[in-house]
Formats: sequence, C-alpha cells, structure tokens
Amino acid sequence: MTPASAAAHAAPATGTILKLDDVSLSFGGIKAVQGVTFDIRPSEIRAIIGPNGAGKSSVLNIINGFYRPQRGTITFKGRARSYMSPYEAARGGVARTFQNIALFKGMTTLDNILSGRLLKVRSSVFEQALQVGRAVREELDQRQHVERILDFLEIEHIRKTPVGQLPYGLQKRVELGRALAMEPDLLLLDEPMAGMNLEEKEDMCRFILDVREEFGAAIALIEHDIGVVMDLSDRIAVLEYGRLIADGAPEQVRNDPAVIAAYLGAKR
Amino acid sequence: MPTPFFVLEVALSGLLAGLLYSLVALGFVLIYKASGVFNFAQGALVLLAALVFVRATEIFDAMGPATVGFWAALLATMAVMVLVAAAIERFLLRPLVNQPPITLFMATIGLTFLIEGISQMIWGSRVYTLDLGIPDEPWIIHGLYIGKIDLFAAAVAIAMVIALAVFFQFTRIGRALRAVSDDHQAALSIGIPLNFIWVVVWSLAGMAALFAGLVWGAKLGVQFSISVVALKALPVLILGGFTSIPGVIVGGILIGVSEKLAEVFVGPVVGGAIESWFAYVLALAVLLVRPQGLFGEKIIERV
Repeated sequence: MTPASAAAHAAPATGTILKLDDVSLSFGGIKAVQGVTFDIRPSEIRAIIGPNGAGKSSVLNIINGFYRPQRGTITFKGRARSYMSPYEAARGGVARTFQNIALFKGMTTLDNILSGRLLKVRSSVFEQALQVGRAVREELDQRQHVERILDFLEIEHIRKTPVGQLPYGLQKRVELGRALAMEPDLLLLDEPMAGMNLEEKEDMCRFILDVREEFGAAIALIEHDIGVVMDLSDRIAVLEYGRLIADGAPEQVRNDPAVIAAYLGAKR
Repeated sequence: MPTPFFVLEVALSGLLAGLLYSLVALGFVLIYKASGVFNFAQGALVLLAALVFVRATEIFDAMGPATVGFWAALLATMAVMVLVAAAIERFLLRPLVNQPPITLFMATIGLTFLIEGISQMIWGSRVYTLDLGIPDEPWIIHGLYIGKIDLFAAAVAIAMVIALAVFFQFTRIGRALRAVSDDHQAALSIGIPLNFIWVVVWSLAGMAALFAGLVWGAKLGVQFSISVVALKALPVLILGGFTSIPGVIVGGILIGVSEKLAEVFVGPVVGGAIESWFAYVLALAVLLVRPQGLFGEKIIERV
C-alpha cells in the first residue's frame, strides 16, 4: 500500500461514510425494507443481522445500487441522493461479495481479481489494443496490485486455476479478493462465512480484521453466526420484517429484549 | 477419378465459401460471448444491414460520384446499425436484465420477426442488386479460378477476426465483455456499465452483419432468403465453439471445405445435393465428441 492511498483511506476518520435515512423498499405488496435509518462509520465493522427474510440483503442491494428504494435518502461520502446506481457505487468505492458467490467462473483466479481493477484503467482503447504507451505500465501496475492481494489472501497457489474448479471456501476468498482489488472504502459482505467449516470461518474472520487493518475499508457484513458477529463487529444493526429493531454495540444488542424476542420467537 | 488439381480447386472454393459463413457466425459469437445469449435475430440483422446499405447507396449516388457514395453509404449504414443496437438495448435487453438466457433467446426470436416485418414494410419483397464495385470475373492463377468477391470476403473476415480477438484480449472493454458474459450481477458490482457494454457488443454484431450482408448481397442479391443463410452459421458455431472468435474462422473453413469435397466424392454415391445437409451432420458428429466445439470454453459446473 502506498502512503498516498493510505492517507486517502484514512482521511474521513470521523463522521459517517454512508447513511441511510428512512429508506423503504417494497416489491409489489411485500415490504422488504421499511423506514430504515442507519449509518456506517469509516473503518468500522458493521454487522447487519436478523432472521431470514428480514431485509438484510435488500439493504446491501440498496447500498450498491441493485435496488432502487421508493423512499428515503442515501448519503454516501457526503452526497445525498435517492438512488445510487451500481456504476456510481463502484466508482465511489463500494465493493461487495455475494451470498451465493458471483464469480466469473470461466476465468482464472488472477483474471477474476484483475477484473476488479477495470475501473482503474486510464489508458485509451487504442493503447490497450496495441499494447503501447500508458497501457503497458498500467498493466504492470495492475498485476502488482493483484499479486499483493493474492499474497494477502494466501491464494497464490491457485492463481492460474479457473475458479469454477475451486472448492467453495476458496471461491469465497477469490470473491473477497476481487472486491479488494477495487480498493474500496466500503466493503459489503453478504454472508461471507455461510457454508464454511470452523477452520475456514476462522480464516475468514482473520481476513476481515486484516482487511480493515491493512486497507482501512469500512465493512458492512451480513452473518448468521452470532458468535462471529459479536466477536468481529464494532456495531450491530438488527432487522426484523424490514424494520430496524435494535442498533448498537454488541453487548448492548445482546441484551436487547426486542432482539432476544426476534431470535427466540418469544411472545411480546 | 478426380485429378488432384480438381480436388485442390474444389477445396479452395470451399475455403472461400467457408470464410463467408465465418462472417455470419462472428455476429453470433460476439453476442453469445457478451451475454450468453444465442441471438436468433443475427440473420435478420444481416438482411437489415444489406437493405439499409442498398437504400443509402441509392441516396448518396444521386448526390455525388460513386466512390464517395460507397463510403458515405457504408458509414451511414454503420450509424444505423449502432442506432438499432441502442434501441435493442433500451427496449429489449434493459427490461429483461437478470432473466435466464432462454427468456432472452425467446426475445431475440421476437426481434427477428419485428426486423423482418419492418424491413418488408419499408422495402417490400423484391430482390435488390448490390454492387460493391468488384468485378464478377474470377482471377485465373495457373488454371485455378478464384472469385474476386470471395477473396474480398475472405480478407474482410480474417481482418475482422484479428481485430476482434485483439479487442477482447487486451482492451478494458473486451475484458469487461468477458466478465458480463459470465455473471451480470458480479459485472455490475465491479462497476461495469452493463447498458453501455450491450450497446457496444450489439453494434459490433451489427458491423459483422453489415459485412456479411454486403458480401452475400453482392453474390446473391439482397433478398429475404439472406436471413436464412444465417442458419449455415450454426454448424460453424458448433464446430468452432460458441465462445471462440478464432474458432469461427477455423469452423467456417472446415465446414466450407468439407461440404464441397463431400459433394464431389460422396455426392454421386447418394445421388447428390449433399451440400445442403452435410454441414449439419458434421456438426452433430462434433457435438457427440466435443460438445464445447474445437475452441470453446469447457463449461465447468460443480454440483
């Protein structure tokens, strides 16, 4: 990591990087998200938890522009808007992984991670086609960056393997690598540990903490393993039926009666 | 028994005819690579491009000298194909984003009828002549007959394939195209502007259709049966692989040469007319042995 980019990451150390304000989203009659207000601070690990169908993935999809909310504002890096397109989000430094792994299966690990750098290319189509001028230097820079990520995630040995052939746990790691290649300021992880065994989960936890440490990105993650969530997160938002029912530090959320009720299904 | 010289002549004419198939197949591969969709409307695009070019030539010829008219008509037709691509993206692809490939395939069938219907409304069903300014008489080299139009078509096909292969391999948009074909959501998440990419790729397919339309139109006249010629691209695709741009050339040559040779050697045994079906049988045989084609990407699914 160059000092310049480290400074850029560390710049907004206070305040919020992203804020959702009274955001609502429905599909036909189904109210997926109802008046949710919450924020993410720079370099914090922010968990979003809740029972199945609580609207957690919808919130992530709103943040990176897959869904257009019917109401509310999204303030990202100080700019308020009613909708942020996927392109704007990616440009602005939002990267993500998916619940069901969305990789480019025919490509190698290297090419998948390299694809995360597409927005960083500055040379012209002609320079690229003829491999002259800026394109050559740029290609080298991109490669170096990708090599650092391969090293960081300990996946150098599979760099030439088509990702479709990799086991599940490694695919998840490649997907994280592609997101990191975008040099994100906000990283969205949708169930990064789903379907993993204990050892793989521990690895992933370590990577998440290291990502914050080394890359300085804020991380919003959805995860069902409550133990993991309590250990990792700075703050936890709890959703149920599309509504925010609790928000705060882990110990605060843990003892919240509404959260306990939502999880244990007690009568209210 | 045919002389070796005769065999050579037959093979050569097959090779040149095969490159014509390649030109049509190229349009299919482009769209398949970038969206995983088999574009049934490619044949209709060939027809449309040829018709637009004929009309544009008429208009520009009336205005000035013929050589200028040709280039002006070519540019105008290219512009029309880009506009058509933009319209297809806006009204067909955008509303269907994230739908399964079969839905998009059905949509391209609908598109075929739309394009053919509109073309018929504007141009009627008569046969138009299309003159590229290339004389029809062949070159005779050591007694070998080589059609000048065929040679021109071969050169165009090879040039397009090289240009596109470089474009896909080295440029940012080319890489983005490969990503889009694998996974739409993932492509969006890394900041690939899907709508723009689709306009680019359908425009490129439109260019391929234009060159195919020019060559076929010059040989056969511009008529509705041109869109059926596109069916000959199918065995080429199966042989070369749906995702391989160089495979299109190899597939085209193999189909062209083998069907001409089969006509000469096997034809008399079964009563001739082998040329009309041989390519499909060959494609079927390839499907049994190598479903992904000679150069296609092997699809790996973990179950």
